[in-house]
Amino acid sequence: MIKHLRSAADLDAATATLILDTAAEMAALSGREVKKLPALRGRTVVNLFYEDSTRTRISFEAAAKRLSADVINFSAKGSSVSKGESLKDTALTLQAMGADAVVIRHSASGAPHRLSNWVDGSVVNAGDGTHEHPTQALLDAYTMRSRLGRLDGLKVAVVGDVLHSRVARSNVLLLSTLGAEVTLVGPPTLIPVDIVAALSKTARVSYDLDSVLPDSDVVMMLRVQTERMQDSYFPSAREYSRRYGLDVTRMRKLPEHAIVMHPGPMNRGMEIAPEVADSPRSTIVEQVANGVSVRMAVLYLLLGGK
Amino acid sequence: MAQPRADAPSKIILAGSDLHRVVDRIAHQILEKTSGATGTVLLGIPTRGVPLAHRLAARIHAFEGVEIPVGSLDITLYRDDLRLNATRALGKTELPAGGIDGLRVILVDDVLFSGRSVRAALDALKDLGRPSSVQLAVLVDRGHRQLPIRADYVGKNIPTALSESVKVTLTEIDGADEVKLIGGLK
Repeated sequence: MIKHLRSAADLDAATATLILDTAAEMAALSGREVKKLPALRGRTVVNLFYEDSTRTRISFEAAAKRLSADVINFSAKGSSVSKGESLKDTALTLQAMGADAVVIRHSASGAPHRLSNWVDGSVVNAGDGTHEHPTQALLDAYTMRSRLGRLDGLKVAVVGDVLHSRVARSNVLLLSTLGAEVTLVGPPTLIPVDIVAALSKTARVSYDLDSVLPDSDVVMMLRVQTERMQDSYFPSAREYSRRYGLDVTRMRKLPEHAIVMHPGPMNRGMEIAPEVADSPRSTIVEQVANGVSVRMAVLYLLLGGK
Repeated sequence: MAQPRADAPSKIILAGSDLHRVVDRIAHQILEKTSGATGTVLLGIPTRGVPLAHRLAARIHAFEGVEIPVGSLDITLYRDDLRLNATRALGKTELPAGGIDGLRVILVDDVLFSGRSVRAALDALKDLGRPSSVQLAVLVDRGHRQLPIRADYVGKNIPTALSESVKVTLTEIDGADEVKLIGGLK
């Protein structure tokens, strides 16, 4: 087993499948009366969050607690970081406290890689800048597999702001490793064609959502990340929504079995219409529940053994 | 525990029909000791305890026509040696639809050795429900207990040295029914 999970590229097909299979066993736990396993008793997991997060942070916290690990939550606000402490000094503090794993979210791409050189424990990337978010890709793959029964040969359209999306990058890497065919769809200004080519030999690019939908098993809508956009990438929100938003009319173009995913948080009415987000095709709530099982699997596989 | 080398001498203890007879005897003993096996659930411990549990249930059905629910109980996350070894893949835990509350649970495993697996199974069981009682059935008891644990039903007692190991193979998993003693023999 690998030591760190910094990028979806750390995972080969066998390891990724092991994580998904382990997550399936962990999922059985949520139906039990005692939702706790003793596997990580006495281990310490630090959640180091330099950026705001709701579902990822509570999901990692719930996952670690269900495995009986001790959890320390650290958010940059209200810590010494606001007094100017560097990531390295914070890392050395965590090291001195004996953290067995550090789950880090940071606005700087590559922060988890730097951190893994400074601490002895495992480092799990919970989102770094516009770079990667590997556990989100794992929970997306898990959701696709549990809904559609397979990943190999699955046609997945990832739609929207690919340029700023760490979720898209990790998904392209992981889904290509697992044999799915990914098509990235969005306005040319938001699709970094050279990066896509570097990430995957099989991923395709399209600028026309309507032509991609009839041949897709999965549509993954990405959030338009206005907080990361200093320039104007499209003329207006209304035009973006008209061309790349998933509304009810567009959803009807999908095959009968196809599912609609969104990593959250959603801009309802922008990239996804409320009727679509709340339709039976949508897996958005399921993705959150699966997130806990997948993160339990990751923590167990990184920390459970020697 | 040191494992015998791959080329170590081995001796077959039970093969084919012998193993079937042993399973038949355990099935009879369960019927006898539980007065017809009512209110009983068989839980196999992966990997080889699971097919054994299914075989016992099938034999009990053949003898007396009683349907006994069968499930599996994975103990990986409850082991006390988790962090001494490389990470283990998980097995399946599947309880019968009726659960285990208020029922007599019979744990089924292939080899009883240190007793640590059974200890882990008892811990796992308490997180899943509250059986009225728990019993243990094993195909082979090889001795060397490290905990105060004993089996209620034993297929065969095999006195062993610590340097030896007992290998059970079953048709469902390995393609043949056999119990082998490996190493230690000259």
